[in-house]
Amino acid sequence: MESINLIVILFYLTSTAFYAAYFIKQKDFLHHIGYYLLFTGFFIHIFGIGTQYTRTGIFPAGNLKENLSIAGGAVAGVFLLLKYKFNLKILGTYTAPLSAIVMIISFFLPGYPSEPNIVFKNFWLITHVSIIFIGEASFALACGAGMLYLAQEHAIKTKNHGYFYKRLPSLDLIDSTGYACIVVGFTLLTIGLIIGSIYAKSVWGRFWSWDPKEVWSMISWLLYAALLHQRLTMGWRGRRAAIMSIVGFAALMFTFFGVNFLLTGHHGEFTK
Amino acid sequence: MVNLQNNNKMLEIVLLGLNHTTAPVELRECLAFSNQEAIESLGLLGKDPAVNELLIFSTCNRVEILMTSTDITAAIQAAKTHISKFKNIELREYEQALYVLQGEDAIKHVFRVASSLDSMIIGEPQILGQIKEAYRIATENKTSGVILNRLLHRTFFVAKKVRTETGIGGSAVSISYAAVELGKKIFGSLEGKKVLLIGAGEMAELAVEHIIQNRASEIYVANRTFRRAVELSDRFQGKALRFEEIPDSLKLVDIIISSTGSPDFIISREMVKESMKLRKNRPIFFIDIAVPRDIDPAINRISNAYVYDIDDLKSVIDENLEERKKEAVKGERIVDEAVIKFMEWYKNLEVVPTIVSMKNKLDVIVSAEIEKTQSALKHLPESDLKVITRMTDSIIKRFMHDPTLFLKGNGCHGDKAIYLDATRKLFKLDE
Repeated sequence: MESINLIVILFYLTSTAFYAAYFIKQKDFLHHIGYYLLFTGFFIHIFGIGTQYTRTGIFPAGNLKENLSIAGGAVAGVFLLLKYKFNLKILGTYTAPLSAIVMIISFFLPGYPSEPNIVFKNFWLITHVSIIFIGEASFALACGAGMLYLAQEHAIKTKNHGYFYKRLPSLDLIDSTGYACIVVGFTLLTIGLIIGSIYAKSVWGRFWSWDPKEVWSMISWLLYAALLHQRLTMGWRGRRAAIMSIVGFAALMFTFFGVNFLLTGHHGEFTK
Repeated sequence: MVNLQNNNKMLEIVLLGLNHTTAPVELRECLAFSNQEAIESLGLLGKDPAVNELLIFSTCNRVEILMTSTDITAAIQAAKTHISKFKNIELREYEQALYVLQGEDAIKHVFRVASSLDSMIIGEPQILGQIKEAYRIATENKTSGVILNRLLHRTFFVAKKVRTETGIGGSAVSISYAAVELGKKIFGSLEGKKVLLIGAGEMAELAVEHIIQNRASEIYVANRTFRRAVELSDRFQGKALRFEEIPDSLKLVDIIISSTGSPDFIISREMVKESMKLRKNRPIFFIDIAVPRDIDPAINRISNAYVYDIDDLKSVIDENLEERKKEAVKGERIVDEAVIKFMEWYKNLEVVPTIVSMKNKLDVIVSAEIEKTQSALKHLPESDLKVITRMTDSIIKRFMHDPTLFLKGNGCHGDKAIYLDATRKLFKLDE
């Protein structure tokens, strides 16, 4: 498993290098190569997780190390799909290094030998975890799009057409990509939370138990719900939407890391 | 056109001309050749015994006469006389503005002009098309021969290379293009966008035209005098608005171009704030070409509203021009490389190098064949091999005899360059 992860990291890093070169040189073949490297890395990654699952029969989401690995893969995967629909190539310069960094952190974390934990054989739990991870990856990309938007908007507003103005695409493209990410992320987060609570009912006999992770997930969910509501009714687009997607992702990150380290609850044991 | 007496002399390339840096516009107007005049001149000047090949290229910024000749002094004199006669202007009136370039310098000049490195606005794209047109006329009138054909084809190649490999034609350098480019950075595409033109004016109307070319959907025109608005809207196939309707139209339109003589702001911050709610924050882009300004600059601070006035656009253009100048350096390098390559071909068009490379080629072939034969006939003594070598040497000598006489002597009538070029192609001597 370690060696597969090392190969995956290598692919993500070289993809990062090509995307960085694309950002600087703006030559199309560079992002094509970056994309295919990310693509290959992602499939090796999925293959690695798949083989581990089939070998042990346990879904590898039992500790922080494994969780991060899944998160890194999810981010790459969502971007690969996203690029088909929206041609926001430049987002690769955010995605590839993000996946690479997450994978590197995961690589150096000590992997507790997963105690054969019976819950990670449950279908509902695996679905719950995977869907939430894909949703969170969408939010991560929305956050990246938000940052790109703010940079480009700043360039246009201040009339300072420097380095970024030329390299970043139109505000409209960044905004609609970010919006699509939020819609996908929100849908998946909602489904994931529902499945989670159904699973909780079947294990602990109740849908909701005020576990800190549950509470913080709900807070993030509400933030995104507010953002979507405002966009649909009041036309909250552009700058505000961009800031909100960054704030929303910060809340999500706290849910992911902060809750694990600062607070305790029944999610804690999986994610240390 | 054919000069038999100088048959052994090399054809040289010479160019004389004037451009926007050497001649004022009045003089350029005087000397410019229309297409019809160019055709006539090709006929007249082309008949001169000193002029071998001829191409006349004239735009509003330059007049260039490109010739090949075996006697350049006479050719230059002929061209000057022709200009004076044809344009009815004394030589001393324009001689100061003329530049005369020969050989390598002339080649470099042609490459630079076509690549738009010598243009008033560096990187402007029209020039190449104009040169192609001039070349077409020259070929139709049969005044272009081996050297100019080759030179012009190289020129088109170099110009294309400069354009694709450098950012010389990259970013907008006119107000209307800069406005369109900005619009694209905001809206992605201008397709289906609604445009409002307030007031009138050449620059504003040009901007509207460029936006229409980018497939904007509806054009509205507002003017203090409604008649004028109706006239203009007819031209753009748009709708005329009364001046009082402007605030209300802000919820509809995406791009506003304003160019009125009004001393006060026509669109205030409050108007836009109000309309942003109604348009659900869809972005809106103001282009203010008027001096004094028509659009309150404070509008730029409203979310999703962008205001660019004439100074902003000008500074965008200045930056872009700077950028083009930087890219031009790369263009110069491409041109220099191309000049060196062209000079190689051009120098080889002389008689001696052609004969030498032909003989060299034969030598290489023969010695390779002898080597092969030798390995098959290992039993042959050294002395026999020498005989064989002597035989092949004399075959080469005899074979070379007639072509050498032909190329060196008076055997080839007319343009020697044609025969040299044909020889080089026939024996693939340029590879």
